Amino acid sequence: MTGQPITGPLIAGEPVQPARPGTWTPMPGAAPLRRMVAAQAAQEARQLLRNGEQLMLTLIIPLLLLAAFSLEPLIDFGGGYTRIDFLAPGVIALAVMSTAFTSQAIATGFERRYGVLKRLGATPLSRTGLITAKTATVIGVELVQAAIILLVATALGWAPNARWAAVVTVPLLVLLGTAAFSGFALLLAGTLRAEATLAAANLIYVVLLGIGGVVFPLTKFPRGARPLLELLPTGALSTGLRDVLANAVVFPARDVVTLAVWAVAGIALAARFFRWE
Amino acid sequence: MSNPPAAQISGPPAVEISGLVKRYGPATAVDGLSLTAGGGEVTAVLGPNGAGKTTTIEVCEGYRSADAGTVRVLGLDPARDAARLKPRVGVMLQAGGIPPAVPAGEYLRTLSRFHVKPHDTAWLLDIVGLTSHVKTPYKRLSGGQQQRLSLAAAVLGRPELVFLDEPTAGMDPQARHATWDLIMALRADGVGVILTTHFMEEAERLADHVVIIDHGRVVADGAPAQLTGTAGQLRFRAEAGLDTDSLLAALPPGSAAKESPAGHYLIETPGGTVQPALLAAVTAWCADRAVLPSSLQIESRTLEDVFLELTGKDLGA
Repeated sequence: MTGQPITGPLIAGEPVQPARPGTWTPMPGAAPLRRMVAAQAAQEARQLLRNGEQLMLTLIIPLLLLAAFSLEPLIDFGGGYTRIDFLAPGVIALAVMSTAFTSQAIATGFERRYGVLKRLGATPLSRTGLITAKTATVIGVELVQAAIILLVATALGWAPNARWAAVVTVPLLVLLGTAAFSGFALLLAGTLRAEATLAAANLIYVVLLGIGGVVFPLTKFPRGARPLLELLPTGALSTGLRDVLANAVVFPARDVVTLAVWAVAGIALAARFFRWE
Repeated sequence: MSNPPAAQISGPPAVEISGLVKRYGPATAVDGLSLTAGGGEVTAVLGPNGAGKTTTIEVCEGYRSADAGTVRVLGLDPARDAARLKPRVGVMLQAGGIPPAVPAGEYLRTLSRFHVKPHDTAWLLDIVGLTSHVKTPYKRLSGGQQQRLSLAAAVLGRPELVFLDEPTAGMDPQARHATWDLIMALRADGVGVILTTHFMEEAERLADHVVIIDHGRVVADGAPAQLTGTAGQLRFRAEAGLDTDSLLAALPPGSAAKESPAGHYLIETPGGTVQPALLAAVTAWCADRAVLPSSLQIESRTLEDVFLELTGKDLGA
């Protein structure tokens, strides 16, 4: 910025030079919403990249599972799938869950605890703007995850058995899953203490990893349990993605509806119960 | 402390509160509080812990809704007109609010993208003495440095009004004086400042207007000189154990005299001003006893005295 008088630092031993009159003359104004959202989304992405545990959760664990279970016959997946054909859709579902749910819940819980959300509430960035920025960050991270998982899965011999409709149905499933997971992430983060959010988000992640059709096929569970497991958000997302990418299903209607219901419920509950501080 | 007159600002007052009530469950934090803070002035809100200072400020900042009463900030309703008000107001919370792992410079740069004409962030970091900490994460700054970063964030967007909740808590004396200089510079350029503080000296030096709150109500409101009143006290120091009864007998009627602590004598003329005759009576009484005071002052009460009298509490407690 030009024309600003440079005064001595306040603290470093030098006496303070009073700034030129007019330095602090009010000139307030909010930046355009798009610029605020872009700045906040970039900030959230930097915070995520800086955090090793978050990267572990969003990238390393899904890739390790993909590699380990596809290279060694650890599980019989059944259903005539090759190992990688079964695993790739499940690991995409896991990646979505880890970013939109676990990682977002933990990050938001601590932001709430440290008063970051409160302080942002005093800036020109509206709450809608903040939620938009968080969503943009989640989707950005998911795109990076998807690109890397696709590359690794292809290298491991993945050959999707899909119709062209998958170009629409995969993003649709992922977006609905993201909305559902985000709603419940914010519900946890906005109601529990940060430590409780951390514990709950990790626990739910591990349980849903186990019973969500990610690496362990739902067909291996008792007959009565399977329909229920397919109604969980992770089960619906992994089953839907597998139907589209491995079984050439055109439109996985039941899973789309299931995820839409979770999304509406999660967002409504979060909107009702979220506490900013 | 006489400040030059505040820059003339037309338009509504910075803050106008009338009959504000705020309850938390059965507890009433703010109980029918009314105050007006002029635009372009420094208003200090004082009160013991739990008096309702922060709650009042947080209603003005739009964080809490009023249970009763009206609050206008720059003429706007902080709840209903939040979107129009927030760009015009800078906020410094009592603590926290900044992500622990984010470096100071990065934090200010992101925040600067929210404003149309922000201050240059490198220049601002220099102003608050954090140039060498551009890359230091917030959690690794000292308490005083964290306060200074938070102060920089409050003034970053060239606001018309700033709310500073205990801005100098945790600062060393040098940083405190520097912060006072910054607040005076803001005021000189027409920025309104509402600050809460535990430091009487801070209020006496900076404030055009002091509001003392206790039990959720305003118990005193006025310019510091109005609150401390006229020079109604005479203090002198001399040997301990002088006979204050005989001193009192020598003084004009209505005076009060006491020794507290030993060797410190205080003579008050309640509601009045020390007159030359009182001084003459004191020195004559001393001369009769061959006592030479080592110091003698005629002064008004301090804000601390006023505060103590009104709230019965120490400000720092």
